[in-house]
Amino acid sequence: MMKKKILSAGVCLLAVCSIAGCGGSSAGENGEVNVYNWGEYIDEDVIGIFEEETGIKVNYKTFDTNEDMYPIIANGAADWDVVCPSEYMIQKMLDNDLLLEIDTNNIPNASNIDPIFMDTVKEFDPDASHSVPYMWGTVGILYNKTMVDEPITSWNCLWDEKYADSIVMMNNPRDVFAPALISCGYSLNSTNETELQEAAAVLMEQKPLVLKYTTDEVRDMMIGEKAAVGVIYSGEATICKDENENLQYVVPEEGSNVWLDCWVIPTTCKNKENAEKWIDFLCRPDIALKNFEYIYYSSPNAGAIDLIEDEEILNNEALFPDTDVLSRCETFHYLGEEAEETYNELWKQVLSE
Amino acid sequence: MYRKSLSYPYLIWAAAFIIIPLLFIAYYGLTDKSGAFTLANLAAIATAEHSKALFLSLGLSFLSTAICLLLAYPLALILSNSRFGRSGFIIFLFILPMWMNFLLRTLAWVVLLDTNGVLDSLFQMLGLPRFKIINTPAAIVFGMVYDFLPFMILPIYNVISKIDVNVINAARDLGANSFQTLYKVIFPLSLPGIISGITMVFIPSLTTFVISTLLGGGKILLIGNVIEQEFMKGTSWHVGSGLSLVLMLFIILSMILSSKYDHGEGNVL
Repeated sequence: MMKKKILSAGVCLLAVCSIAGCGGSSAGENGEVNVYNWGEYIDEDVIGIFEEETGIKVNYKTFDTNEDMYPIIANGAADWDVVCPSEYMIQKMLDNDLLLEIDTNNIPNASNIDPIFMDTVKEFDPDASHSVPYMWGTVGILYNKTMVDEPITSWNCLWDEKYADSIVMMNNPRDVFAPALISCGYSLNSTNETELQEAAAVLMEQKPLVLKYTTDEVRDMMIGEKAAVGVIYSGEATICKDENENLQYVVPEEGSNVWLDCWVIPTTCKNKENAEKWIDFLCRPDIALKNFEYIYYSSPNAGAIDLIEDEEILNNEALFPDTDVLSRCETFHYLGEEAEETYNELWKQVLSE
Repeated sequence: MYRKSLSYPYLIWAAAFIIIPLLFIAYYGLTDKSGAFTLANLAAIATAEHSKALFLSLGLSFLSTAICLLLAYPLALILSNSRFGRSGFIIFLFILPMWMNFLLRTLAWVVLLDTNGVLDSLFQMLGLPRFKIINTPAAIVFGMVYDFLPFMILPIYNVISKIDVNVINAARDLGANSFQTLYKVIFPLSLPGIISGITMVFIPSLTTFVISTLLGGGKILLIGNVIEQEFMKGTSWHVGSGLSLVLMLFIILSMILSSKYDHGEGNVL
């Protein structure tokens, strides 16, 4: 999902320059569309097929985290036509009037999306008129069966001294606080100051045991057996398991985070019609399947899942968890600026400890 | 020859890429979200976690600058005295790695220093204690020294190799021994090089966030990381700019100190 974050500063700059610089000269016969997506979050062939079929030139750039993407859009640093943030960020963008309504008549393929996910969309986009689901997944623990003593079922293993220097945590405030809040028995959307303080204290206690705080290296570290347990996105976990069969993914019994990334059209959009064509194209079952097979995150596209023939993939619990796993999970909500600052403040305190 | 119009491109360059961005930083740093004037962003440095990060950065930068100086001075001295060094080949060897991206070189150190990485495995093979410095401040200092050492060597080497041999011969003729020549003649004359070397190592060390992220395992917060987080995690460009302004004070301070001693000869880069 995310590649080297360090590069992102440079990439953002480049993105800004190239978008500003490309003007009309390089546009396709039917204009262009500026797509801003997560890194490694599409089968690149799909871009070519889209350009060929529609005659629309795609200017494609990637970001690494929702938080990296937000200021680019909010400050109007570049004119992106269509962006793919996660649910809580979409809520924040909606709150700040940064999104345009999507004309569903222009997205006939949206009918392929499993209605369950349109319900999830309504949690953050009440009339589901601004977002079209792209990929979803859970957050859980990936562990190395040969490096742990017993099957991992609970977040508690992240505080177990047995695994000192073998624990990898994510590196952004919400993702790092979620396990702490859940294991303290609170919601991962908590805004209660005392609850957050408690979670921060628990994280400080954990810090000496942590090998590394990183979001983009968890995959490599787990495959390379540098760590025994790591917090990871379900899709990454599937890729890791393919590379190293000792790895096992679990959504802890206390519950976890389920996330949904959707396509949205920001107000900076200059090519709305093309942006809608882009979204519609990605909802086409064959294209959604292509992306699913490339990215390996769960697709909300029922039409695409119907096309999967491989039983092994359909039985993959990380990709298609049981409904009871999902019922334990919560999406992130946008908590408002004040709470966001509290999270950041507390996270900085943990790090500077 | 010195037509004023020739300098216009540089003026435009300076305005577009130095002055205007600085003004933006000053504007963001001195305003709050509503655009009203405030000093709160500058005062943000006083919070426990920010000042801790600042002092840690200052400490690590001092340390890495000192280590660079200790490594670079004797080397520069040896190089400028040997025929081999004068030919520039050794200096070329020091510059060579700089042709590679510094991010990649730092990433390479992650692989080398990692637990079960190259060095650790070597230590284990030789029966030595485990080599575990990754994700500690020591690894960050290591990275800083590695990345910035050439910036210390080059100015010192340049200044020393330009010292007139006759001055040194004169010192010898007047009865100074090697140590006295070094201490009374060469060292004072090489001061400009030392000063510009210190500036060029200290400032990037103080502001780095890449080295600390890669070699510190995301566990160690330097002031550069705080600023990066304020900008990149979308929290507050205002606080980020305010902290940058504070950091600039330290940089200006170190430049004032260096210009006091620097008479221009050492400024090679």
